[in-house]
Formats: sequence, structure tokens, C-alpha cells
Amino acid sequence: MNRVDRRSGAELHTLTGAYALHALPDAERGEFERHLGDCEACAMEVRELSETATRLGLAVSAAPPRELRDRVLREITTVRQESPSHSRRSRSALRPTGPQLAEVRTRRGCGCRCRVRRDRGVAEPGRPGRTAGGAPGTAAERAGGAGPHGPGREDEVRHAEGRGEGHGRGFAEREPGRVRDLGDGAAPSGKVYQLWFDDGGTMRSAGLMNRAATSNTVLLDGPVDGASGIGVTVEPAGGSAQPTSAPLALLTFPTA
Amino acid sequence: MKVAVQISGAPSAGPDLQELLELVARGDQDAFARVYEAVCGPVLGLVRSVLRDPAQSEEVAQEVLVEVWRTAPRFQASRGSAMNWVLTLAHHRAVDRVRSVEATTAREHRAALLDRTPEFDEVTEQVESRLEREQVRRCLRTLSELQRQSVTLAYYRGLTYREVAELLAVPLGTIKTRLRDGLIRLRDCLGVSA
Repeated sequence: MNRVDRRSGAELHTLTGAYALHALPDAERGEFERHLGDCEACAMEVRELSETATRLGLAVSAAPPRELRDRVLREITTVRQESPSHSRRSRSALRPTGPQLAEVRTRRGCGCRCRVRRDRGVAEPGRPGRTAGGAPGTAAERAGGAGPHGPGREDEVRHAEGRGEGHGRGFAEREPGRVRDLGDGAAPSGKVYQLWFDDGGTMRSAGLMNRAATSNTVLLDGPVDGASGIGVTVEPAGGSAQPTSAPLALLTFPTA
Repeated sequence: MKVAVQISGAPSAGPDLQELLELVARGDQDAFARVYEAVCGPVLGLVRSVLRDPAQSEEVAQEVLVEVWRTAPRFQASRGSAMNWVLTLAHHRAVDRVRSVEATTAREHRAALLDRTPEFDEVTEQVESRLEREQVRRCLRTLSELQRQSVTLAYYRGLTYREVAELLAVPLGTIKTRLRDGLIRLRDCLGVSA
């Protein structure tokens, strides 16, 4: 069980109830979900409290009109299901499809730690997704960081993560020279860290990380689509349309 | 006081519903019809409790049910019960709707929220639902007044904890805590496990 070592951890923990009731404003919800990834006790509590809320929901059950049934059953014949179950076993099944969250940790000596959270439905059950960029065995995978069935929307996450040094080292061995210690977290003066989707060698911006003061975690901005991985570069303040420097890190999404 | 009473109620739908959802995930429309029977009442009731407006509630309930069909492949039993998955979907949809609609009107019926406790719709004929309702009611009575108000305003009315705090004129931190310890007490009273 992880100890919560963030300053705000204890305070965040009290949000399990509000989260389970969907009573957090969006911004706080995002922050809390990131916290859940690091706090197994919180995730467990959220699951229980969410099941409790479900009981509250069952208690207000109403009798639906018959027409509703007809309308729904008719409509589903025209609605394509999101991902056929067999895709869970396909190569692409482990590719992130939901909104992505990349966390690039920049603590001294840890190299660069990235983790990607993704839609929880896309990884095979019973077979944890491997960490982006991590060779098997070097990446500690922790599944189930994100609480209960959350919203049932795209931002539900399955959580794959490469842990600090293990991940950094594993990556460095495979890709020498591409991982660098980012120092104590702040980008050089007048610069920002920029994240990129790697579309087969073409980089597409995935947003800036310029809020290092409070959080080194950012949501990747944009759909993953066909991207094979993500990269991090240092760019002039405001970011660039294309990378103007060599990547500090390149991480490949798992494909198998 | 801890009184864990298990009436078959909700969880009895558990394994069956879960299996059905797995069939639905493979495109089984007959299985979906059975899922519909199991979840439609709770979905509509929950959405209606948040939205109030019957026509809009039906519309949102329909969206939710179609979404159950569409996203069934995402359901993972290891993450919670099938009913939890469905009702979470329903609650989020309803709350998103009410928050977007009311963002501009500043929730004009704010005052009215306090006057009305959840209806616990009496229309339901199913014995199972009635038992569930009675058990939840009984357990809600074991909460402190502030716990009960916080939890029901957040869940049945779709308020954020900030709105609850404002409405009840209670500090934010207190509401956060009451939501948590209120739910924990309910969890124990209902005998819920994850």
C-alpha cells in the first residue's frame, strides 16, 4: 500500500465521498483522480462508497413507460458498439484510446518518468498493460488506480505506469542518450516542456507542461489516434508547432 | 449503531446482470433487452431525482441506456458491480445535464432544493425495489442530519460539494468530511463491500 507522501494527500483523501457522489467540480475531480493513482486505499474506499451510492440510486427506482423500452430497443439496432470485445485481444487493444494523462517526473536522479493513463476498457482483463516505453520487467504496472467505475466515460482510466528509476533505466538502456535528468523539475528560464504525440515519426503537439510549480502531471491534449508514443522536448515559452530540440524522452505506447 | 442487513435487493442482480452485460458487449441484443429490464427503473428514477423534469428525464434515461449498449465492451467486473457501472453512467449524465443547464441560471430553484427530500418514488411496484428502498431509508436515518442532507443533496440533486456547503451555510471542509463519513456509515449499515 502506498503511503501518500504528497503534501495535499491527507486533504485529498477526504474527497473520496464527494468523488463517489460525483460532487467534485471538474478541476478538482481531475486532481483527485490523479491522486487515486497513487493511493490504493483511496481507490478501494472510492469503490466501496460508489457501490454505496448505487444503493441510493436503486432506492429511487421508478416505473418506466413502455414506450421508452420500444424507443431504446429500436435505437440500439442503429448504434454501433464502441469496441467489439474481440479487439481486447488485438494488438491495438492496449493502445490508449481515452484522454491521456502523462506524468513526467523530473526528480533528480530519476531520469524521466512518464506514465500514461488510459481508458480502462481497452486493456485485456487479467493482463496488465505494459508501461509505455518500458521493457517488460522494468516497468512496475499498477492497475486499478482510478477508483470505481468512475464516470463510465472516456476519462475513466486504466492506469499503467512506469516507476521512477526502474522505468528510466529500462528506457535508457534501450534508447541510450534519450533520457536525461531534467534536474529539479523547472524548465530552463523562458522555456517550457512540451509533450508530443509521435505519429510515426511526425510529432504532433500534446500540450505544454508549464505548471511545474504545482503539478508535474498534465493531460495530453488531443486524441491519441494512431500515435505510437509520446515525446518530451524543451521549447521556447508558449511552445512550438514542431519540436525545435532533441527529445528529452521518447516513450512508445505498448503494442502487445 | 451498525446494523448490516442483507436483503436480496440490489446485489441479487449482480452476477446475472454482469453476465448479461458481457453478452451485450458481444452485440447480443436479446441480452440487452434483459439488461434493460433490470436497469431501466433505477436509471430513470435516479435521472429523474436529479433532473426533476419528467420529459427531460426520459430523454436522458434513453441516452444512458443507449450508452450502456454502446459502451458495454468497456465494462469490467473487476472494477465494480454491473449496476454500479450503469448507475454511475446515469448519475454522471444527469448531473452533467443539470449543471450545464443551470450554470447560467444559477440554480434558481436552489431554495426549493431544501424543501424537498428525495421522493422515493412510490410508483414502483416491484417488491425488490420496495425492500431496497426501505433498507436505504432506514440506513439514512442512522446518519446525522448534516450527513444525510449533504449526501442526499449531492447525490439525489446533483449538487457539487461546494454548492451543498453554500446551500447549508456550512464550511467546505465540513461538507467534504460529512459526505465521506456519511457514506461510510451508509456503507456499513447497508453491508456494502467493493
